[in-house]
Amino acid sequence: MAQTAPPPIAMLAELTHRCPLSCPYCSNPVEMTRRDSEMDTDTWVRVFDEAAALGVLQLHLSGGEPASRRDLVTLVQAARQAGLYTNLITSAIGLTEQRLHELDAAGLDHVQLSLQGTDAVMADKVGGYRGGFDRKMKAVEWIKQIGFPLTLNFVLHRHNAHQLPRALELAQDMGARRIEVATVQFHGWALQNRDALMPTREQAQQVTQHVTEARKALKGTLVIDYVPADYHSDYPKRCMGGWGTTGLNVTPDGQVLPCHAAQSIPHLRFDRVQDKSLAEIWHHNAAFNAYRGTGWMSEPCQSCERKTVDFGGCRCQAMAIIGDASATDPVCIKSPHHKQLQAQANQHAARVDAPFVYRTAPGTAREPAE
Amino acid sequence: MLAQDIPTLPRGVRLHYDKVRENWVLLAPERAVTLDQIGYAILNEVDGQRSFGQITSALSEKYNAPVDQITEDSSGFLDALRTRRFLDVN
Repeated sequence: MAQTAPPPIAMLAELTHRCPLSCPYCSNPVEMTRRDSEMDTDTWVRVFDEAAALGVLQLHLSGGEPASRRDLVTLVQAARQAGLYTNLITSAIGLTEQRLHELDAAGLDHVQLSLQGTDAVMADKVGGYRGGFDRKMKAVEWIKQIGFPLTLNFVLHRHNAHQLPRALELAQDMGARRIEVATVQFHGWALQNRDALMPTREQAQQVTQHVTEARKALKGTLVIDYVPADYHSDYPKRCMGGWGTTGLNVTPDGQVLPCHAAQSIPHLRFDRVQDKSLAEIWHHNAAFNAYRGTGWMSEPCQSCERKTVDFGGCRCQAMAIIGDASATDPVCIKSPHHKQLQAQANQHAARVDAPFVYRTAPGTAREPAE
Repeated sequence: MLAQDIPTLPRGVRLHYDKVRENWVLLAPERAVTLDQIGYAILNEVDGQRSFGQITSALSEKYNAPVDQITEDSSGFLDALRTRRFLDVN
């Protein structure tokens, strides 16, 4: 088969959209997959084998809450057998001690634990789940006892930005080697919560400064990965490391996407793993080739010296804000929409009383399966 | 990295032969580091038992290269991995 791009390094497997939490910044699409449309165990196992054969090294098992899948342990075992590095992206709420031991025996390599806030009041408010924080902390004890390598993922927004110092302490208490300080990204469900979540410009600057200082102070102890508030930034993110270059995403019902938000670009057509091999989709699906490389760019990207640094930023954001997925990400200072976006960010951040619009889940399962 | 330090790969960090790209990689949490021949040679000696000094002596003998040069090259490489928490030192 003719190859159009180097093989992908990472695959995000969205095993389910079910989740006990209902975070207002959920990155899953507004139209979520129902439980009865989720792929079965055997199909996922075949996809893992195909991914490894294609060149994927890192498998991120995500959701929704991946622990909501009854076959999670089997899936981890199969992924390890395929030769993949297995990373569980979880809130840990509802994970039992026994299930964590089973995941350990199955060969799970790493846990990425989401943190909605550094205390029960904040975390339970953000997650929309009373008692969730206490249950998470209980699971953390078991994760520590087993010795899983741990990364904490602190999703930061206007309401919890002040908790960053405590989040860094918590990460060290938990024995995490790494923390992602990820300012909320406005895709999927999160778009309608910009009023409620947008950090102020001052907050964004303070967070950046704190991260810079903490990186020095904690060097060799805690690695800090940082996603700044991009509406307040001057240059866009290098989204997905470049469209169709390093990663791919498989939805619960088997659609293969170049990024988790790609379904928000209406003219793209995706293939499903039930119909075509992962390799065929990676190399030949039109959606993957739509924004590969730099040929699709117009100005100001085409003549920009940064065009292979950030690849024009996020396609889904260009779609969401300007209605044109091939436009320069409006975050970029060179975009004609940049000033308007910054003004809009300040307006969102000023809506101090805006309520959370909580994620509503598909299906009925509220609890992770045992 | 001092001669008496004992480097070790912590849980969740492992060497892996990438059959598709035909090279060795170091797999770590949410990262894959492509290794050149020297990087692989060094990490292949890291067993959590022998000291850095013992490892550089072994490499010096194996590759018939001056130990000072090997020490300098491996020290920089291992320190960089340590900063990223891909390597522990006992």
